[in-house]
Amino acid sequence: MKYNSVFDIIGPVMVGPSSSHTAGAARIGKAARNLFGKQPKWAKIHLYESFAKTYKGHGTDFALAGGLLGFETDHPQMSKALEIAKEKGLEIEFVEDSAAVDHPNTARLIIGDDMDQLELIGISIGGGKVEITELNGFELRLSGNHPAILIMHNDRYGAIASVTKILAKHEVNIGHMEVNRKDVGKEALMVIEVDQNVEDTILNELKEADHINQIAKIVS
Amino acid sequence: MFRTVAELIEIAEKENILISEVMIRQEMDVKEKTREEVYEEMEKNLQVMERAIDDAMQGVQSVTGLTGGDAVRIQKYMKEKTPLSGPLMMDAVSKAMGTNEVNAAMGIICATPTAGSAGCVPGTLFAVKEQLHPTREQMIRYLFTAGAFGFVVANNAFISGAAGGCQAEIGSAGAMAAAAIVEMAGGTAQQSSDAFAMTLKNMLGLVCDPVAGLVEVPCVKRNAAGSSLAIVSADLALAGVTSRIPCDEVIGAMYRIGKQMPSSLRETGEGGLADTPTGRLLKKKIYGNTN
Repeated sequence: MKYNSVFDIIGPVMVGPSSSHTAGAARIGKAARNLFGKQPKWAKIHLYESFAKTYKGHGTDFALAGGLLGFETDHPQMSKALEIAKEKGLEIEFVEDSAAVDHPNTARLIIGDDMDQLELIGISIGGGKVEITELNGFELRLSGNHPAILIMHNDRYGAIASVTKILAKHEVNIGHMEVNRKDVGKEALMVIEVDQNVEDTILNELKEADHINQIAKIVS
Repeated sequence: MFRTVAELIEIAEKENILISEVMIRQEMDVKEKTREEVYEEMEKNLQVMERAIDDAMQGVQSVTGLTGGDAVRIQKYMKEKTPLSGPLMMDAVSKAMGTNEVNAAMGIICATPTAGSAGCVPGTLFAVKEQLHPTREQMIRYLFTAGAFGFVVANNAFISGAAGGCQAEIGSAGAMAAAAIVEMAGGTAQQSSDAFAMTLKNMLGLVCDPVAGLVEVPCVKRNAAGSSLAIVSADLALAGVTSRIPCDEVIGAMYRIGKQMPSSLRETGEGGLADTPTGRLLKKKIYGNTN
């Protein structure tokens, strides 16, 4: 089920005016920042359909900026996030994209700094709830209902086993798992939804495992 | 985990517990939390709702100047005259609209189920409170009951205007409030379900057509519609009036109607009231000619 908590319905506590266009946008921005692992220096954000048509009135622009700065939905400085981003050296460009998309509230974020880049598609499905549907060209379905670990790795035998072995050793139970690859033997993505939040020490151990390139976690 | 209103009512009746209790137990189970933790989280939301109403009663104004001040205006009217629809009704309406005035002014609110419809549940709660004198625990339970019904709508249809029009937002919010009022007033689980169904039935087809794409016009006043209809439906259910169409089927109808709505009537600010001469003029005034 898309919604699994009463607090998805009664909540979130947020700065107005729209749960899907403001709070949801902030959460998509924050997910991108969490996955990038640091504050980006630039962001190019494509907005589609309802997001594209109404983003100025709903504050979708400052909310996405707030999310990229790490703000929660009720951050008192939310409406000033565009100015704060500029002060902190984060350049943001918005593109009203007329391409067809599956969901009316869709945003594509391309963020980066001098070293790294990340591309993500997020949809805001209502009441502040969001889903990440694409990461670096990989399709995925991340609900945010559970904590998750995202692992970029090389498509080699043993990569998955080395990860699950470490999780098993630390008694972390896997609730849902997806593996996608771009091509045989190339870059691949593991998405692992777990039942409890994963300690950083376990993440560090995972980083050292065979064929692993990059790791991010999402706290539910 | 319940998926439908029928399942929700069945659990409540079989175990002889309130709908709020079904929701509380499910939340404890799914999130592996204690009753105290779940209560505390809802208490925080209740406090946010209370503060938003307090802020509204001081008088707020949105950046565009399109909305604000009506909650205060209604309260003043109620002091000077006896409202035709009754004091409780207008108190709920003013608190519902006030919450949304705070939202439009980019203040802090609790989405129930969304920000644009955030007035209906707290507006009715804080008005009905004056007559029913609930305990703090009963006020928290009110939110769990409302949440239980919203949970079914969100998982079987939608709660956002962009996906399903205003019927999904104000329709859901008003219906959630109606179900919660019934429980607080001592009605049965089935009566909550009937109150929910009767509210949503009267909201079917309502489009999302915000002027200039802002959550102001007509959103603030739609909270007046949602909250007042909630009280009427709760009274109907408590009087023993039932819905001919079962609750889950009404939710199904809402879903299919939303799917048939064109994008111009789903929170794009392109159709309906947004596309009236005055609506277009206001948009031009706010954004200038370029937009």
